[in-house]
Amino acid sequence: MWQYTFKRLLLTIPTLFGAALLVFFLLRLIPGDICMVRLGGTGALVDPAQIEQCRVELGLDKPVILQFFAWIGGFFVFDLGTSMWTGRPISEEIGLRFALSLQIAVMATIISILIAIPLGTISAVKQDTWIDYVVRVISIGGIAIPSFWLGIVIILGLLIVTQNWFGEPWMPPINYRPIWEDPAHNLAQTIWPALAIGYRYAAVATRMTRSTLLEVLREDYVRTARAKGLVEHLIINRHALRNALLPVITIIGIEFAFLMGGLVVTEQVFNLNGIGKLLVQSVSQNDYTMTQALVMLVVIVFVLSNFVVDLAYAWLDPRIRYR
Amino acid sequence: MATTSEIRVEAAFEEFERPRWRVSGIWQFARRQPLGAAGGIIVIIMILAALFADVLAPYDPVANDFMAMSEAPSWTHPLGTDQFGRDLLSRIIYGARTALFVGFVAAFVGGTAGLILGVTSAYFGGLFDLVFQRVMDVFMAFPLVIMALAVVAILGKGTENVILAILIPFIPRCARVVRSSALSIREMPYVDAARALGYRHHRIILRHMIPNVTAPFLIMLTAFVGQAILLEASLSYLGLGVQEPTPAWGLMLQGGAEEYAESAPWMPIFPGIAISLAVFGFNLFGDAIRDTLDPRLRAR
Repeated sequence: MWQYTFKRLLLTIPTLFGAALLVFFLLRLIPGDICMVRLGGTGALVDPAQIEQCRVELGLDKPVILQFFAWIGGFFVFDLGTSMWTGRPISEEIGLRFALSLQIAVMATIISILIAIPLGTISAVKQDTWIDYVVRVISIGGIAIPSFWLGIVIILGLLIVTQNWFGEPWMPPINYRPIWEDPAHNLAQTIWPALAIGYRYAAVATRMTRSTLLEVLREDYVRTARAKGLVEHLIINRHALRNALLPVITIIGIEFAFLMGGLVVTEQVFNLNGIGKLLVQSVSQNDYTMTQALVMLVVIVFVLSNFVVDLAYAWLDPRIRYR
Repeated sequence: MATTSEIRVEAAFEEFERPRWRVSGIWQFARRQPLGAAGGIIVIIMILAALFADVLAPYDPVANDFMAMSEAPSWTHPLGTDQFGRDLLSRIIYGARTALFVGFVAAFVGGTAGLILGVTSAYFGGLFDLVFQRVMDVFMAFPLVIMALAVVAILGKGTENVILAILIPFIPRCARVVRSSALSIREMPYVDAARALGYRHHRIILRHMIPNVTAPFLIMLTAFVGQAILLEASLSYLGLGVQEPTPAWGLMLQGGAEEYAESAPWMPIFPGIAISLAVFGFNLFGDAIRDTLDPRLRAR
């Protein structure tokens, strides 16, 4: 297992390095440079000295190779430079918003597991019946319905329902308070976006649970269990589901990283001040240093979560380690 | 006088030429894949709406009508109007044009680039394939939306840039799937034969290998169209995609639709239904195509 972990860890290094190269040089593809576009993009007259000062501040006056290694080095000491928009350190800006995004991501994952495994199992066991069709439509719907629109519908529903029931409309709070300080306020704010993202996430995992369980249910050992006269629910729970869940774990792990994408739009809908909203803001404000740092951060989270999924997979299925 | 065998041959030709077999083929597909057929119908309706938007739309999609601002659905405006008095039904019909244009172009160009790169990588193998795979790994490390956002950050907003932002992340995803199919085709005797005949690399790749990986390519393509429509809607909703006044579903959910959601719920509801139905249709249709083209699934 150690050998596998080490080998797998080594494989992440070239990917991360390549991604860093790509992110770093993509922003250098902009005609002129980021200071000129940022300061001159508005069409107003800009003092060349101001552009020069911006270049010095961002280190653009140094050789490219030095800039690259200084930037990468920053990730090891959490010094990601300063935002071109606010002028504050990027790591500080991210730190302020990280807890909120992480909490919603974790909650969405829990919601999706709670929905996906029972639904996927029922769908597979009752294959080609009306139950199966309903579950399949629900799960394809989850992939088709944009999570940001679901968010808008949830807010609209909350407004209408509370207006009708309590006489005045209620909206989820906007300001974030950590869950350990004020759990009720925190959950009232975070549960809705977690539901909106969790539904899509659950849809992917439901489809996976259904298809792998269908495969496993055709295995010889399930037939043997049936021939022994085992009760159906024991066959499903003990023999089939345990083996079918491996790919489901993978998809849940991989989708965890994709949550970042879901967060980007959903945070906008619920007006949550998280990492996703910060990324959208930085793109629309031409805050290149911030965009660069955030994109790289997402890639790091993505690559590392893939690494953890692979380890979990190898730990659960010994055949993989010996390949 | 015609002999019996000639009559038989003619009858066989008639049977072959009669278009009925196509109809029965569609009917069989619909019976085997009812959900896929439903998806197909949605896709066809959407294509028709996009093609005949000029005829179908009752109003000009960009014309403001300050006498009919935020009007509820009625006989004159079946889906209501937005805060500028623009007819929502007309904007949704024209929106199908934007969605399909972005969806098809991004899926087709991104998919085709991935197809050529994937097959080429499998054909040459060795160091070229190894390096290419590592490069693809790097591109795959970017979640779809994040990669698209990064491209928009560099290129700027607008329809053409959105298409580019969406198609770039599709390339490695298609290349990876196509490469794995192409690896087995490379070992086929007819590819060896083509090599032995001295055909050039590009001829072997284009004429002998690419036609044989069409099944996975088509499956990827239908999935991509749905994803591209969703991505375009997301980017436009964020204000980073298609710009006003172009009718686009994601854009219709932004701004006024959110502000007036409570007093004018039709403004956010209908464009959202349009996006969901479109993606839903392409996903159902794509799933059915996959089930039909993938022999492993068909055998079950």
